[in-house]
Amino acid sequence: MQEETIAAISTPPGEGGIAIIRVSGAEAIAKVDAIFQPRVQGRSLLELPGYQMMLGWVKDAQGEPVDECLAVVMRQPHSYTAEDTVEIHCHGGVLAARQCLQEVLNQDIREALPGEFTQRAFLNGRLDISQAEAVIEVIRARSQKALNLAVKQLSGQNRRYIEKLEDHLLQAAAIIEASIDFAEDVGEPDYEQLEELLNKVADELQMLLDAGRRAEIYRSGIKVVICGKPNVGKSSLLNWLSGRNRAIVTEIPGTTRDIIEEYINIKGIPVRLIDTAGIRQTEDRVETIGVQMAQQAIAEADLAIFLLDVSSGITAEDEDVFHCLDPSRTIILINKDDLQDKQIDAAQIKGRFTGMPVIFGSVQEEQGLSELQDHIEMMVLSGCGAEGAMEILLSERQQRILEQCGEQVLTVRGLLGMLSLDCLAVEIGLLLDSLGEVSGRNLKAEVLDRIFKDFCIGK
Amino acid sequence: MIYDAGEYDVVVIGAGHAGCEAALAAARMGCRTLLSTLSIEHIALMPCNPSIGGPAKSQLVREIDALGGEMALNTDKASIQMRMINTGKGPAVQALRAQADKHQYHWAMVDTLLQQPGLDLLMAEVERIETDDAGVSAVVTRTGARYRCQAAIVTSGTYLKGRIIIGDVIYDGGPNNQVPAMKLSQSLLELGLQLGRFKTGTPPRINRRSVDFSKMIEQPGDERPLRFSYLSSLEPKEQISCWLTHSTPLTHRIVMDNIHRAPMFTGVIKGIGTRYCPSFEDKVVRYAHKSSHQLFIEPEGRNTDEMYVQGLNTSLPEDVQLQVLRSIPGLENVHMMRTGYAIEYDYVIPAQLKLSLEARAVPGLFTAGQVNGTSGYEEAAGQGLVAGINAALKVLGGEALILKRSQAYLGVMVDDLVNKDNDEPYRLLTSRAEYRLLLRQDNADLRLTNIGREIGLVDDQRWEVFNRKLEQLEEIRQELEQTSFTPADSAMASFLAEHNSAGLKDRLSLWELLRRPEIGMEQLVEQGWIKPAPPDILEQMEIQSKYEGYINKQREQVKKFEKLEQRLIPEDIDYQKVFGLSNEALQKLQTIRPRSIGQASRISGVNPADINVLFVNLEKARRKS
Repeated sequence: MQEETIAAISTPPGEGGIAIIRVSGAEAIAKVDAIFQPRVQGRSLLELPGYQMMLGWVKDAQGEPVDECLAVVMRQPHSYTAEDTVEIHCHGGVLAARQCLQEVLNQDIREALPGEFTQRAFLNGRLDISQAEAVIEVIRARSQKALNLAVKQLSGQNRRYIEKLEDHLLQAAAIIEASIDFAEDVGEPDYEQLEELLNKVADELQMLLDAGRRAEIYRSGIKVVICGKPNVGKSSLLNWLSGRNRAIVTEIPGTTRDIIEEYINIKGIPVRLIDTAGIRQTEDRVETIGVQMAQQAIAEADLAIFLLDVSSGITAEDEDVFHCLDPSRTIILINKDDLQDKQIDAAQIKGRFTGMPVIFGSVQEEQGLSELQDHIEMMVLSGCGAEGAMEILLSERQQRILEQCGEQVLTVRGLLGMLSLDCLAVEIGLLLDSLGEVSGRNLKAEVLDRIFKDFCIGK
Repeated sequence: MIYDAGEYDVVVIGAGHAGCEAALAAARMGCRTLLSTLSIEHIALMPCNPSIGGPAKSQLVREIDALGGEMALNTDKASIQMRMINTGKGPAVQALRAQADKHQYHWAMVDTLLQQPGLDLLMAEVERIETDDAGVSAVVTRTGARYRCQAAIVTSGTYLKGRIIIGDVIYDGGPNNQVPAMKLSQSLLELGLQLGRFKTGTPPRINRRSVDFSKMIEQPGDERPLRFSYLSSLEPKEQISCWLTHSTPLTHRIVMDNIHRAPMFTGVIKGIGTRYCPSFEDKVVRYAHKSSHQLFIEPEGRNTDEMYVQGLNTSLPEDVQLQVLRSIPGLENVHMMRTGYAIEYDYVIPAQLKLSLEARAVPGLFTAGQVNGTSGYEEAAGQGLVAGINAALKVLGGEALILKRSQAYLGVMVDDLVNKDNDEPYRLLTSRAEYRLLLRQDNADLRLTNIGREIGLVDDQRWEVFNRKLEQLEEIRQELEQTSFTPADSAMASFLAEHNSAGLKDRLSLWELLRRPEIGMEQLVEQGWIKPAPPDILEQMEIQSKYEGYINKQREQVKKFEKLEQRLIPEDIDYQKVFGLSNEALQKLQTIRPRSIGQASRISGVNPADINVLFVNLEKARRKS
C-alpha cells in the first residue's frame, strides 16, 4: 500500500551544479513519465530498470522543453522512502529546478512537507525510533552543524552508542544470571567485575550526555549579552559580529523592542546576541531602572561580554554593571586598545577578574575579535566534557532518560554487595529498559504515540 | 483390523510427566479421559537425574501445585532429600530442590492415576491420530483399537523415532531402553505439523557399594526441609545425602584420547542438544582451560544401590565411560550398572502452536512436554497441565487459559516456546522471566489458586487451605500495620539495641520496622508483638515488607508491558497487505499470528522496525474506522 505522490527539490537552495527533484509515491513513475521526454525516441521511464539514468527533457503542457535532465527510477521497496521514487537531476540554479518542480506539481502531485520523505521512510519500516526522532531534528535544525548531527543520528548512530552501553549491562546481567540459574556450577558472582562494568556504563553515559549537551548548544543556540557603559563600543561589536557571521535563521520571534538583538552564528553555534545599549537609549527614566533591565538580560543570558574602555579606566558606572555579572559566564573585552591613552593595563587588572578571560582588543581595528570568538565557543562548551570525537544529538526525551540512567547507575553501584541478586537484576533490567527506549529496541506505546503525533499521521 | 474401542472426551498419548498432568487435569475437570502409554511399568519415569526443582523449576512445580496439578504432591511423597538453594541471593531466586526415589515416584503417580475417577489407563502404542472437519476425531493403536475423542494430547517425550547412541553402537529405542514410537511421527507429519530433531543424554549409573565416599564431600539435605506442595505436611522424614566429587586431568585426557570415537564429534549425532546441559565430552572440549568439573553422586532411591553421576552425560563408547568413571576420586573401583547414552528424537516445532498449546493447523490436537522441544521433567509437567486444562476447556466449551508472562513461569515458558526460535531443547531459567520478583515460589498459590478454582481444578481441600492462609496473611498484615511504637517506648528501644538496629526517630509501625534487614518476623513473634503463625505465613510477610520497593518497581514494569499486550491485532489481519514488513517478519507473523503487538514484538525475527510498521498500520486502520 503506497501513499499519495509527493515531490520536492531535495538539494539545498541556491546555486549549484545540479538540483535534484525527488518524487515519491504510488504514481511517481507514471506521472513523471508523462512529462519526461526521453532523448532516445520510444523509450520510457516505465520500462527503465531501477538505479539507471535516462537522459531527456522535462516538458511543459505545450510539450516545450523546460530543462535537459537525467531521470533515475527506484522501485519500492528499494528507495529511500521504500516507495516508488523518481529523481530528476536538472540544472542547478533556482529557476530551472523551480520550473521543473512546477511541471511535476502540475501533474496533480502534492509538494512534500518538510521531512515528509523521511517520515515515509519511517512509516515504511526503514527507520527505527531514534532515527525517526532525528527526522524531526533535521526539520528543525538551525545551523549546518546541527543538521550534520541530526543526519548522523539518522544514520542510526545513537543506537550504536546505546548498544555499547547495553552490552556492558548485558555482561553484568549475564554474571548475575549465571550465579542464579547455574548456582551449583558458578557460585557467587564476581562483584569486582560487576563494579568495573557499572563504572564503564557510568563513564560512557557521562560522555554521551556531555556530547548531547554540546549538540544541544549547536541545536538550540545560546544567548550572549553585550554589556558595558555607553560609548564603550557595544553596538560596534554587535555590528561587527553580525556582519561577519551570517545567520542561517533570521526570523526573530518575540523580539523585545527595548533591546537590540541579532541572530548570528559563531563557529557553528547559533547565537542570539543582545546589546544592552538598547536599554539606555529607549529608557529615559532614572538610571537604576536601566541597570535593572541590564541585570535581567544578563541573568537570562548564557554568556556576557563585558566591555571596558581602555582610555577611561574602570569607572563607577563600570563597577555597577560588573556587579550584575556572573564571573563564571563572563568574558572581559578591554576595547579601544589601539588608542594611545591607556588607563588600563594588564598589571592593573591582575587579580581583579580572576577566572574570567580578559582580552585586550579593538573593535574598530578588528583586534582580539577572533580570540573573543574562541573564548565564546570555549566557555559555552565547557562543562560539556572535552570536545571529543563523539558527536551525538539527543532529543529532549533521550537526554532525560539518559540523565536518569546516569544517576541510577551510580545508585546501583553504591548498592553492590548489599542488594540481593534478584533485586540487583531488577535494577540492571530497568536500566536496560530505559536504554532500550532510547535505542528503539524497547518499544513503548507512549513513545510510538508521541512520534506519530509529531508526524501527523492520518491527516 | 481396526475396531471401535469406545469414546472419550480427551485422549492423552504418553504417560510421562506431561502426560500424567494432562490426563489428571482433564479428568479432574470432568472430561472422560484415556491415558495411553507404551508401558504401564514406566509411568512417570525419571530416565535422567533423580531430582526435581532448582532455579525456575521449583517455581514451576509450585505453580503446578497452586493450579491443582500433581507434580509437587508426588515429589513430596517420593522425596529422599530436600535442599533450598540460592538462599543468599534473594527470595525471587531461592529454589527448592528435591532428590526423589525414582521407584516411589513412579508408584505414587500410578496410584494417583488409578484412583482418579473418569480416567482410564491403557497400555498401547498410538500410531495414528484421525481428524474430520471439526478437527481431531479419534486415535488408533497399533493393535487396531480406534478411540473416538474430541481432543488428543501428544505427550510422547523423547519416544518419537527415538534412537540411542553409545559410541558406535546405535539402535532404535526410547529412554531407558524402552520401545520407541516409530509410527506417530508420520501421522503428525500427515496432519501438517513440522517436526525437528533434538538430542539429549544421560550419564552412567553406578553401584553405591563400589564407591569410596571418603574421597568425596557429603551434601546432606536441609536441617529443616521444606516441601513443594502447599498441602504437604512438614513432618520430618529421613534424608539421604548426595556426594560431591570432581573430574581430574586424567579424566580429561581419557576423553581427549578417545574423542575420535565420540558420536558428538564423528557426526553420528545430528540432533541438537542443549547448551545448558552439555555432555561431558562437550564440556572438556569447549572449556579446555578447566582441568576439573564438579560431579555430584546422587542416590536414585531408598531401596536401590544405583546412583546417578550428575555432570557426566555422555555418549562415549562404553569402555571409555568405564575408564572415565574410574579416573574420578572415589570411583577408582566403581561398578557401572547402566551405560550413559545419547538419544535423538523427533519434536514438534512449537511455533505451530497457539498459546493454549493447541496446534494451529489441527483443532483439538495439543502437544506438551519434551515433544515440544523442551528439556526437564518440570517443564514437561507444566506444559502437560496447560494442555490438559485447555483440552478440557475446549471440550467443555470454555475459553482457553493463557497465563501471562507477568503471572507465572508457565506463561513465560509457553510464550517463549511459541514466539522464540528455539534451536536447542528449551530449559526454563529464572532469567527468562522479566518479572521474577513477582513470580516467586513462595507466592505461586497467591498468584494462581484462584484461577485453578475457577477452572474447576482446585478441590475443596486445597481451596480451604488457601483461604485460611489468605485470612492469616490479612490478619497479620493488619497487626503489623496497626501496631506502632514511639521513640519513647522502652521495650522497643531495648529490642532494637539488642539487634544492633538504630533507634526510632518517629513513630514507626512494625510493618515499616520489618523492612530493616536485621529485623525478622520471628523476632517480632518472640517479643509477643505478633501472634505466632506458621513459618510460610511469617516468611510471606517478611518478603512482602522487605521487598516492597522492588516488588512495586516490577509492578510498574508490568503495567508498561501490558500496554503493548493490550494492543490487540485483529484476528483477520492480512499481513500481505501490511506494507513495509521485512520478509522474515512477514513469514513469522503469518505463521504465529500473534494476539497483540506485545506478543509480536517477542517473536524472533520480528524487529522493532517491523513493529513500527505494524503499529502504524493498525493505528491508521483504527483512525479510519
